Amino acid sequence: MQRTLRLAHPRLVLSNCRPHCPSSLVAARRNHQSAPQSTQTQASASASSSTFNDNRDSQRTTHFGFQTVPEEAKESLVRNVFDSVASSYDLMNDAMSLGVHRLWKDEFVSRLKPGSRGPLRCIDVAGGTGDIALRILDFAREKYADRETSVDVVDINGEMLKEGYKRFKKTMYHNTPQIAFKEANAQAMPESEFPSNTYDVYTIAFGIRNCTSVPDVLREAYRVLKPGGTFACLEFSHVNNPLFRTVYDQYSFSVIPLLGTILAGDRASYQYLVESIRKFPPQPDFAKMIQDAGFSTGALHEGKGGAWIDLWDGIASIHTGVKL
Amino acid sequence: MSLVSASLHASRRSAWFLAALAPANVALRHPARWQTRSVKTQPAYEGHIPLNWFEAGFLTLGSAFMSLANPRRGDMVAALGDLTSGPVLPRLRDSMLESAEGRQILKDRPRINSDTVDMNKLALLPEGTFGNAYVTWLERCGVTPDTREPVHYVDDPELAYVMQRYRECHDFYHCILNMPVNVEAELAVKFFEFANLGIPMTGLAAAFGHLRLTHAKRQRLFRDFVPWAVKCGSSAQSLITVYWEKRWEQNVEEMKQELGVWDSPVEPRWGKPLSEARAAAQKRGETQLQQQAS
Repeated sequence: MQRTLRLAHPRLVLSNCRPHCPSSLVAARRNHQSAPQSTQTQASASASSSTFNDNRDSQRTTHFGFQTVPEEAKESLVRNVFDSVASSYDLMNDAMSLGVHRLWKDEFVSRLKPGSRGPLRCIDVAGGTGDIALRILDFAREKYADRETSVDVVDINGEMLKEGYKRFKKTMYHNTPQIAFKEANAQAMPESEFPSNTYDVYTIAFGIRNCTSVPDVLREAYRVLKPGGTFACLEFSHVNNPLFRTVYDQYSFSVIPLLGTILAGDRASYQYLVESIRKFPPQPDFAKMIQDAGFSTGALHEGKGGAWIDLWDGIASIHTGVKL
Repeated sequence: MSLVSASLHASRRSAWFLAALAPANVALRHPARWQTRSVKTQPAYEGHIPLNWFEAGFLTLGSAFMSLANPRRGDMVAALGDLTSGPVLPRLRDSMLESAEGRQILKDRPRINSDTVDMNKLALLPEGTFGNAYVTWLERCGVTPDTREPVHYVDDPELAYVMQRYRECHDFYHCILNMPVNVEAELAVKFFEFANLGIPMTGLAAAFGHLRLTHAKRQRLFRDFVPWAVKCGSSAQSLITVYWEKRWEQNVEEMKQELGVWDSPVEPRWGKPLSEARAAAQKRGETQLQQQAS
């Protein structure tokens, strides 16, 4: 009697389960299935014609969580996700990670040691609500009495920047030259606002996996950094230990979308979140991408002298590189 | 063939052996190869979100907490209703099957929202008809039939429809009982629904909803409305079997006699109309303008 043990492999199982999606995600799926011509306004995809396009080579696709979507669509889909999560972003981070994201971000910033060698010009990309920026400024101030270090918070999403601006209003950095908020696309930051070779530190925390083209982001990072500048990326990554990975997967796919449903009334955005984590390249691949962008990194292994550091055995990892 | 019967046998007898993380309903799939999946995680209908026992428990607790903490979270109240409705929905479906009207509802599966119900036509009906009474009630309270959360967490599609039908008919119950939409009236209707239909969520709302009232309001509720609601609900015909959409022209008083309901002895407090209807009308106007512009 053959009966398979149903492996708790949520990645494969739950990719079939497409629950209640906001219309943008439903439109994306319909969009993909009917293979329309690539247009600029993919967000209103349901209005586009559904004639089959024979020129498939003009149709490049990418992943949006476990779904496949046209490349042009991903940006607006991600924008919809972040528009909807912006107001409860910080609360949800605390709820989903049980507060551990604070430890990760503290570790990330303390590795950078901002202010230890004089004031720095930092740029924090996809930094919406200002978690990293605030930590950088506080670290420099508390450890090194540095009040000249400045951070430019850049985000593609205006709602997230608004939340960051609100949060900074409650701090001493509001209306000082130490903080600035700019709306821009990390893949194409305008040269007028972000001239080349300007920044000492480029950070991007939990943002790069939402970008459509990671190599473009890395290229822009390389451009805006000064020679000798540091690139640092904190991102969810792949867990090494298989048992821990199973537990983590179970937690991710069962609890996190439900927390989204209960706390934020939005299941689809958090389903996207946990799926996008699985779609991101594993640590060695991402380290190779950083090297390909021109950065000098450590050897392709984890730990001391390596290109990355794993936090909590790979739930998150910090990749660093230096522009020579 | 023996593989089919073998897996049938296996699924039925050892359903509880299945990985504890399987969703609640075990649907059998015809095995094509050696690898058999005997649990279903595909959605069974539009909007269905299959949950396993752990997720269902987690969401039940979470939605119960959230409904109490923030009663305006209609989606949480709906989720709690879905998750706790388990044993009652088959009984309601069976009572629908027992009446001719109910059978017709299950066959047609009508939905109630501003697209399926022509409000303008109902407003033109003569005074005293059910359709006119309904539209009048909607305007008086300032609500629309469009704000009902769809059913997500019931696994069987027919039972999910029964639950959806209950939710969409809730306003009709308000209408024939002549109850507004403030908290005390809602609780009175919940008592009525619990007595009439037995849905656990209505019982929970009845049991815990009044805790947020002031003492005076709670006294008034239990003195004036609860005895009537319970008596009326338990003696009336099961309202889930009523095909409301076919009764627009029926005289309201006649309908109330037929169904076995009567007005409360004390007139409830009718407040100002809510802004729900106005907001919905505004949004409809905006989308219409957008469609015209594009």
